[in-house]
Amino acid sequence: MDRLALSDEILMSIEKPARYIGNEVNMVRKNPDEVDIRFVMCFPDVYEIGMSHLGIQILYDTFNRRDDVYCERVYSPWPDLDKIMRERSIPLFSLETQSPIKDFDFLGITLQYEMCYTNILQILELSNIPIYAKDRSLEDPIVFGGGPCSYNPEPIADFFDVFYIGEGETRYDDVFDLYKQMRADGLSREDMLHKISQIPGMYVPLMYDCTYNEDGTLASFYPLYDDVPKNVTKEVVMDFNEVHYPEKPLVPYIQVTQDRVTLEIMRGCIRGCRFCQAGMIYRPTRQKDVKLIEDYALKMISSTGHEEISLSSLSSSDYECLKEFTYFLIDEMGKCHVNISLPSLRIDAFSLDVMKKVQDVKKSSLTFAPEAGTQRLRDVINKGLTENVILNGAMQAFRGGWNKVKFYFMLGLPTETMEDAEGIPALCERVAEAYYDIPKEQRNGKISITASSSFFVPKPFTPFQWAAMLDPDTYIERAHHVKDTFRKQLNAKSLRYTYHESYVSVLEGVFARGDRRLSKVIFDAYKSGCIFDAWTDFFDNDKWMAAFEKNGIVKEFYTTRERSEDELFPWDFIDIGVTKKFLLSEWKKAKQEIVTPNCREKCSGCGAAKFGGGVCFERGKSSTDNI
Amino acid sequence: MSEETLKVRIKYAKTGVLKYIGHLDLMRFFQKAVKRAELDIAYSQGFSPHQLMSFAAPLALGVTSEGEYFDAQFNSLISSDEFVRRLNEQMVDGIYVKDVILLPEKAKKAMALVAASDYIISFKGNSNDSLFTKGVSNDDSDNASVKLPDDSNIKKWDRLLDAVPHLLEKETIEVFRKTKKNEKVEDIKKGIYKLEVRDNNIYMFLATGSEYNLKPESVIEALCNETGIDYNKFDYGIHRIETYYKNDEGKLVSLLETGTRIV
Repeated sequence: MDRLALSDEILMSIEKPARYIGNEVNMVRKNPDEVDIRFVMCFPDVYEIGMSHLGIQILYDTFNRRDDVYCERVYSPWPDLDKIMRERSIPLFSLETQSPIKDFDFLGITLQYEMCYTNILQILELSNIPIYAKDRSLEDPIVFGGGPCSYNPEPIADFFDVFYIGEGETRYDDVFDLYKQMRADGLSREDMLHKISQIPGMYVPLMYDCTYNEDGTLASFYPLYDDVPKNVTKEVVMDFNEVHYPEKPLVPYIQVTQDRVTLEIMRGCIRGCRFCQAGMIYRPTRQKDVKLIEDYALKMISSTGHEEISLSSLSSSDYECLKEFTYFLIDEMGKCHVNISLPSLRIDAFSLDVMKKVQDVKKSSLTFAPEAGTQRLRDVINKGLTENVILNGAMQAFRGGWNKVKFYFMLGLPTETMEDAEGIPALCERVAEAYYDIPKEQRNGKISITASSSFFVPKPFTPFQWAAMLDPDTYIERAHHVKDTFRKQLNAKSLRYTYHESYVSVLEGVFARGDRRLSKVIFDAYKSGCIFDAWTDFFDNDKWMAAFEKNGIVKEFYTTRERSEDELFPWDFIDIGVTKKFLLSEWKKAKQEIVTPNCREKCSGCGAAKFGGGVCFERGKSSTDNI
Repeated sequence: MSEETLKVRIKYAKTGVLKYIGHLDLMRFFQKAVKRAELDIAYSQGFSPHQLMSFAAPLALGVTSEGEYFDAQFNSLISSDEFVRRLNEQMVDGIYVKDVILLPEKAKKAMALVAASDYIISFKGNSNDSLFTKGVSNDDSDNASVKLPDDSNIKKWDRLLDAVPHLLEKETIEVFRKTKKNEKVEDIKKGIYKLEVRDNNIYMFLATGSEYNLKPESVIEALCNETGIDYNKFDYGIHRIETYYKNDEGKLVSLLETGTRIV
């Protein structure tokens, strides 16, 4: 057995030592001395969260297919180990070879949510890598960032050498080949970064600068050299059926949040809900060939031994071969005792039939995500779910034996009024009443409806990127009122309502549409002890507020301020295909309560067609089967 | 246990980094391994069927072993050699299957049978068992934690070894035993079947299981009490050699004797 980085004494005195030992089934083993490039992938949260992330599994597999690259992994040490590591100067290490992170050529950090930003600084500091990119030398790995938050990387731009904008399967080969050449030529760190900035999809913050207007808005954003691109176009995998997919995913020892095979079936979304960033940044919508994913499903189950498989996509109901694929899974997975977990499907006869086959009807819930309580507001957000559809679906389900329903809503959506908010309990009440309209013998006991609302955060690259976020006090007031209204309903006993607290959402609101001036706030918050901010046990709002105050930054500038139509955004330099012009027209349509059809019904010219594939080029199909 | 299935008992070793994997996680590890090896394991009935698998005596975290057991039920079987080979193809560094035996139909579950275990205790106080605890880091300051090789540690171990032959001569051997409700002093002598020095290590043969369960840590603690040494659990490596049951003649015999190999 190779030696571990941590002593037995340390491992036996911390929680879940298995987080730090590696040696998992399907872990890749190479000799670090026999490769040219050592890459370490990082999910800046604890092991159990990081190991559930599909993106790292994909890149881990892709990079390790190259003989000259060895890709390892690292996750945030839990606070108990973090403390010991600082006390005893133990450097952060990779799982595969237990090597110090500082020894690697590249450190890639995935950015899935804003509340992990302080953990990024933890990873850098524990690795003895200078937190600010400008302070790094040739001794330090090149620090890459990627993932959804890299579509507005500005608040953390000072901490990264490069952001890879877009889907990671396409350009790393170019980066690796170039890097090998540059090392052989003995280039300086700055020169290497300069050259990397010329690879499509790469954003090197040090190669750009920005200026601000008097009113605090962005005045300009520009490259410092002529040969550095003014705009960075996101990378998209267009040969979606040819690209690699991990057939032998890593299998953790301990229970992780997604303890199963995750099979990606589609990327992008045709629906165009106006609050949804993922639906825009992953356009154009591309599907995997059904025979391919059937093959993957079998391979991945047999290489892992997992007892559950789940599908990953934004709107699974829009996968054209869903019926065929689902029945295939039910047959094949049933043979090998593998459970099937389906992401929220549209509730219709097909999905009910499927759910009956894969779930215990008595225990599972029906899920709807209307997001808004009134049809008016649903039209504003372009969420095409009507009350009729909800009621019909629910009634079918009730007759089939279901008696638990979950509703997802948001509060603080643009143009929302108290009347819209009251629509939430009203809708839930109508569903409850519909349930009791069914004769007693045909239904299964009492109904239980749970509704929850989160605090809407406007995101970059959505039509709502101009919107003012609701101020937290009004949000809480509205949530309280909704809760009161729930209590007054006839079927109040069958209805449950919860709402997310506001502090974390406000911070998300700041960083989602933030700029470079926020990096000092993040740094100070981290230095004052903020870490694991996505965890309620650790999140400390007071420390964050102190960091804002210390730096004279008013967070409302980023949250509750409505943007003017001609404002330059910190993320405008990124081209995602979907144009700002399209998003602006969607913003205007939203305010007029005008709905936009989905991509299969009618192309609205969002701009994603520039990538030359996906749904934009599907032969003129009518999607009436899918509505 | 259902009557149509074939009951087997599997012997395995758990060493290396696997000692940091807890009991329940280990069971889940084997469940997945059995699937990957395409062994015809039986499932329970009902809506959330699970593999019919149960473990013998749980091993504490941090302890290694070459004599662990679990029971499982199969719909059909291959030879013991083929079974072991296929399952070992699915193992990782540090864990391997040693054998598999077919149990008679009315066989008792392993957990109910376990009566004793033997262990080898080694001294770890001086070992450089990790990469970064001797201050081997980028921090050269005085704050880096350093554990210097210490002659006094070696003397400690020698004193414990010297105390071994004399411990069983005592009428009673008393240690603190923590139960869920309280802490009390207990005489553990009846649980020690054998205690001797072997090759600079301590060998112990102790009672295990539902009737009386004596942990090797308690015996080490007793030795420390005898010699006036402070008990530090991190100084000692514990390795279980074998798990035993009491056969019909009242003799303590390896669990492997409860069934027959499949040819």
